[in-house]
Amino acid sequence: MHAPHSEFAIEARNIVKRFEGEAAVDGIDLTIEKGSIFGILGPNGAGKTTTLRMLLGIIDPDEGERFLLGSPEPISMAHQVGYLPEERGLYPSMKAFDAIAFMGALRGLPLAEGRKRGRAMMEDHGLSDAADKQIRQLSKGMAQTVQLLGTLVHGPDLIILDEPFSGLDALNQGKLERLIRAQADKGVTVIFSTHVIAHAERLCEEIAIIADGKIPFKGKVSTARDRLRPQVHLETRNIDGPWRAAIPADCKPLGHHWHFTLPESGVEPLLNALVEGGAGIESLSIERPGLHDAFVQIAGEATARKMDADAANNNGDESA
Amino acid sequence: MIETIRAAFVIARRDFTAIIFSKSFFFFLLGPLFPIGIIIVAGGLGSQVARDIDNPVIGVALNPAESEILLTTRTRLSSSLGSKSLPELVILNDFSGDEADIIAKLDREKSLNAILSGSLAKPVLTGSERDVSKWKGKITLLAETALSQPAPVEIKTRFVSQTGSSSERDRLMTAQGGQAILILLTMILAGMVLSNLVEEKTNKIIEILAAAIPMDAIFLGKLFAMLGMALVGIAVWTTVGLSITLLVGFNWNAVPSPAVGWPMFGLLMVLYFSMAYLLLGSLFLGIGAMATTVREVQTLSMPVTMGQLLVFFLAYSSITKLGEPAEWFAVLFPFSSPFAMIARAAQMDNIWQHGLALIWQALFTMVIIRFSVMLFRRNVMKSGQAARKKSLFARVTGK
Repeated sequence: MHAPHSEFAIEARNIVKRFEGEAAVDGIDLTIEKGSIFGILGPNGAGKTTTLRMLLGIIDPDEGERFLLGSPEPISMAHQVGYLPEERGLYPSMKAFDAIAFMGALRGLPLAEGRKRGRAMMEDHGLSDAADKQIRQLSKGMAQTVQLLGTLVHGPDLIILDEPFSGLDALNQGKLERLIRAQADKGVTVIFSTHVIAHAERLCEEIAIIADGKIPFKGKVSTARDRLRPQVHLETRNIDGPWRAAIPADCKPLGHHWHFTLPESGVEPLLNALVEGGAGIESLSIERPGLHDAFVQIAGEATARKMDADAANNNGDESA
Repeated sequence: MIETIRAAFVIARRDFTAIIFSKSFFFFLLGPLFPIGIIIVAGGLGSQVARDIDNPVIGVALNPAESEILLTTRTRLSSSLGSKSLPELVILNDFSGDEADIIAKLDREKSLNAILSGSLAKPVLTGSERDVSKWKGKITLLAETALSQPAPVEIKTRFVSQTGSSSERDRLMTAQGGQAILILLTMILAGMVLSNLVEEKTNKIIEILAAAIPMDAIFLGKLFAMLGMALVGIAVWTTVGLSITLLVGFNWNAVPSPAVGWPMFGLLMVLYFSMAYLLLGSLFLGIGAMATTVREVQTLSMPVTMGQLLVFFLAYSSITKLGEPAEWFAVLFPFSSPFAMIARAAQMDNIWQHGLALIWQALFTMVIIRFSVMLFRRNVMKSGQAARKKSLFARVTGK
């Protein structure tokens, strides 16, 4: 066993998990720095939840090793960790503030302190009227918020959220994004899995793309985007002229509109050639590729389509 | 270890308060009233039926003088034999005693089982073969006693506090009684553990628990919460039971004393109940943990109850075989050990063996919990629908 590095909240080396002989997670290496917001992106069934469960010690990997906050026994670090599973659950007969306190007590927070903090947190989130209500009396959104507060009540150093945006309406998704940022501002490491690229793009400094139990990409969001060249959208008055030499030969116009990948030489030489060559520029925009484009390039078209479908289904569930 | 105990306490406290402060706990406390009520009603009905069947009325068609002597003899004998051991006698006045009349009367009068005619020296008993065969001997005894008319014999009695055989027999009775109570309580209460993790699984709380505390703590906490609830129930039932015995003036001195003495026997009853509960409970919890729905738990209940019965029969059959291989097997087999040991406490006065037995039972409980946790982690805590849709058998065997 290798010694863990103290700067990492998570370290996983070649972890493998098989169910019925089939690899759900197939040799993943993952390091996540402390104090960052880290996203794990992938469609349903890609191995996100299994990976998180192994990292948390809920299940053990068949091969490889993992360290949570430097410990090879993740459960021993539970007091410093908050976890929101994909399948939300609370005791229906518990009062809301008691449920928060109970979740804190599981992770070492004295019950009385947990109750005090629970009430205060609910007040901060505009839910003070619901504090004494039983969970079964709360709306789905409120119950999810209660569970999220229960994940944070003991003041963890590391928060792991499995599909935290799933089932939330747009308003609550926004609230959750703000809450994640607030935790990160306090120096807490936040790791979340999602199949909605936009959330990862807005929140994360680093991401890991997971597909078929493997991680084809892990790094900064900007690095993922930089794998693709920027796209140029150009509208000209003229159709022909010396300036055409600056445009890739295989680019065909759509009327007076041109779409092509920015040449390796960059923006300035292109602009000079267009102006000096008399293109008659009506409009010019250079778009940096989004994370979605990078995802398609990294994980493949099929995986990207599956993830889009998952996200659409999720939205469908919310509106239903 | 300390963290496991702390976490187990968090789980136990949640479960215990959730049960104790629920409305259903009141009905749980009333539970024993139902079997007691059934026993009382069934006993009443049974004795009524027994009276109807076993207290026949025999018509006496002797001459008036002999009829009177027979009746007097019956009254005298029933004072020493008990009135129910002799048939009721009714003198049939103005009755010829002819065979045809007797047959007609027996056919007509449903209250008569048989008719005695002839004379005391040569009595004739007419009735169905079953009744005549059953009561022929008693009627002969009555007739012989009536004919000889002996004076009543007064027997002087002298008691000793105890004989060797009576002491052994008494302790055997205590052993049977103690074991029966232990078996009954375990049977009523341990099965409840079977469905204990279903709430967490159906409400999807299990993953929060599994990520926060050691799985052993979840199992231990649940077991101790249910044990606590069971002990509260037993304390209430015992208090009510003792109050009733005090009210009706029950003579406790008549109950045979166990070999280890009553205070130690009481303590051992509590300890062995706890161990029996933890042993069977941990097994049931482990089995129940594999189930994902209440329906699966219900399906499991029957084989589990049958398994319990087998263990109980093993322990019960060993009571009279103290020190024999069968009894040693019941003592050493963990699931029957508490029941066999309480029988020992009633019959043997050495205490140290109970310490060893309790340690052995506690160790085995830990082994079962560890094994159940291992199965649970390996076969139940998986992600995805496919894992949840697997059959119970596949989940238990991991195939």
